[in-house]
Amino acid sequence: MCAKIGIPRSLFYYRFAPFWEIFFSALGAEAVFSDPTNKRILDDGVRSCVDEACLPIKLFYGHVLNLKDRVDYILVPRFTSISKNEYICPEFGGLPDMIRHNLKGLPSLIDTEVNMRNSARGGLEAAVEIGAMIGADRRKAAKALRLASQNFRKDSFYTEFKKKVLKGENRVQADAGKVETIPEGACQKSENRPQTECQKGENRPRPKSQKSENCPHGECRKRLCVGVIGHPYTVYDRYISMDLLRKLADHGVESRTIESVDEADINRHASRLAKPMFWNHGRMAYGAALHMAEGGEVDGFICLSSFGCGIDSFVNDLIERHVRRRFGIPLITMTIDEHSGEAGFNTRLEAFLDMLQWRRQNEGHISASG
Amino acid sequence: MKVTFPHLGNTYICVKSILDDIGIDYVIPPFNNKRALELGTRYSPEMVCLPLKINIGNYIQAYEIGADTILMAGGCGPCRFGYYSQLHREILKDAGFEMEVITLEGTDIKDLVSRVRRVVPGGSELMRLPSVLLRAVEIAKRTDEVEMLAFRTRARECERGATDRIYNGFREKALATKGTRNILELLDETEARLKSVRLDPNADPLRVGIVGEIYTGIEHFASFDIQHRLGRLGVEADRKVTVSNWIIEHMIKKPLRLPRDMAFAKAAKPWLGAMIGGHARETVGNTAIYAMNGYDGVIQIFPFSCMPEIVAESLLPSVERDLDIPVLTLIIDEMTGEAGYMTRVEAFIDMLEKRRENRGKRRENGTCKRGESGTYKKRRLVSWN
Repeated sequence: MCAKIGIPRSLFYYRFAPFWEIFFSALGAEAVFSDPTNKRILDDGVRSCVDEACLPIKLFYGHVLNLKDRVDYILVPRFTSISKNEYICPEFGGLPDMIRHNLKGLPSLIDTEVNMRNSARGGLEAAVEIGAMIGADRRKAAKALRLASQNFRKDSFYTEFKKKVLKGENRVQADAGKVETIPEGACQKSENRPQTECQKGENRPRPKSQKSENCPHGECRKRLCVGVIGHPYTVYDRYISMDLLRKLADHGVESRTIESVDEADINRHASRLAKPMFWNHGRMAYGAALHMAEGGEVDGFICLSSFGCGIDSFVNDLIERHVRRRFGIPLITMTIDEHSGEAGFNTRLEAFLDMLQWRRQNEGHISASG
Repeated sequence: MKVTFPHLGNTYICVKSILDDIGIDYVIPPFNNKRALELGTRYSPEMVCLPLKINIGNYIQAYEIGADTILMAGGCGPCRFGYYSQLHREILKDAGFEMEVITLEGTDIKDLVSRVRRVVPGGSELMRLPSVLLRAVEIAKRTDEVEMLAFRTRARECERGATDRIYNGFREKALATKGTRNILELLDETEARLKSVRLDPNADPLRVGIVGEIYTGIEHFASFDIQHRLGRLGVEADRKVTVSNWIIEHMIKKPLRLPRDMAFAKAAKPWLGAMIGGHARETVGNTAIYAMNGYDGVIQIFPFSCMPEIVAESLLPSVERDLDIPVLTLIIDEMTGEAGYMTRVEAFIDMLEKRRENRGKRRENGTCKRGESGTYKKRRLVSWN
């Protein structure tokens, strides 16, 4: 019988899901993912987690509870670091302890420490330890790790992921079609945009694909593009991100995320900081945002942040200051928590997009008198 | 160049004595106050933690009295403190305060020396630096000892306010005292005076350990002076996380790779298995140590949104249950109201008193299993001020 490894669909699922899938199948185990986030999962998480924790951590609790009764192990590694000289976040480091002490009646936890701060060998050590837990020897674990690293393509993973989110699907599908759509409403003046446009439209048929050249309005020749800056586990979770990426697409706005930027470009910009940032996400977010701004790829930034996220509080502020100082690109910070209402979120999003649209229309016609 | 530095409890005494000795011109910002907090809140991003905001307030108030250079400690994560000085620089720049921030940190000694050279004027002063620093470490240690002594006497003094008079006088006098040698003398004198405070021989105060984030634990203003207020309630407070401890463990032993005092880490092991930054492991470990040493309760204090302490907070209920020690968690930010905060502390202390009384009764009946002595003489609660 093969062991079932429960993987919560939260936090590092959005970074390593295919990796883990390959790794565990090579070890002769089966990876089982929790259900996509829904209200029940969120409520369960909020109820069992300490109030002060950020939304993704609470959500993680909910996903663990969702898996509880149908797996043999739950994967809750102690992610101290996944890159040299960088950390993830203190709450990630304490997560296995939090889960063990706050939730009762769980199956065995795989709480191996993943620490690659000093060297990448930390990854191998973690893999061997995990292997030992489910009864695989060192050689087998190392082989599984090699196999997973070779077959795991981060870029294509995120491309698939984004397509999936844009299509409004919950599962990754290999043949996800290219999403190149402009909703009919996008070419209308923003005031006339039908209200339903911004409602959550799971079952609404997607607007038909339309080449931008067909658009009668001159200003639509090039679509607005917005850089969405945020942790992958908030941006790609359709439930807690309020389906932001899809909403942007519905408004006819293109979106770029941190993951769409090349690692080399990220590092080039991040290395200009007076002090290297010691958070993995911090470096990525800062480097990606500055790269998008410098390349003139984006008309505005949306920083999607969970309430109480300590890293975002620093990184987003730094991005905001530098982007404003050097490029003058508009930036909005959207904070989400378990009490966020979608209507308020939509209103802010629409107002921001309208502003970007007007900015573009009136480009070069800024009144000298201010 | 006029140097300044942020406040952290009594750290100013140690820092100013070094600056005196090597002849650097400096100003000390006014002790933390409401205006510092307001200024900090105005210019800092909303979601950053409280210490950063108060630091900004300190800088601006120091700027107003002539400071143009800031000395600040650094770190390498994962706690946000390590990036404080970078954000300070950005905030001050955008707010239009022209101040230079010098972070006293460095990945290697050469880097650190070059940073120090930017502040220290001549060569001869630099030669004296080692002996001055040695005395400064002594000062940090002694200052913390004086503070701990004050905690003990305050809970036992016969004449209310005697300790506070000496202690607050010491803080004021330290501002006017120049140089490490004079400060050491002042410390001797203060210690002698504190020891001469008449104590109630029958006092058997409740003992409460303070754990949590270092800044809110140490800084009087940020914790609404909790340790002093506890003392005035007849409760003996204790705190293991101190500035001198931080200097010795993190700035001396760690870079030199000397064996460090890891008792807290060992004690924290059953609940928190790894270093996660900040003082989370100290919080969990010290709570366990207090419980094992028969303390009556533990108060955890941390600024709102402090990531390491949130982890500790979610683990403390398990420590509380496993070791049978009551824990009160207090979270502070710029919106915290003093009255509500004090009501919670008072209620907690009342609960601890009742608990001890009940224990004493059970002990008389022979049903008490473990815990401290039951002969507790209730002291009158005095008003906070």
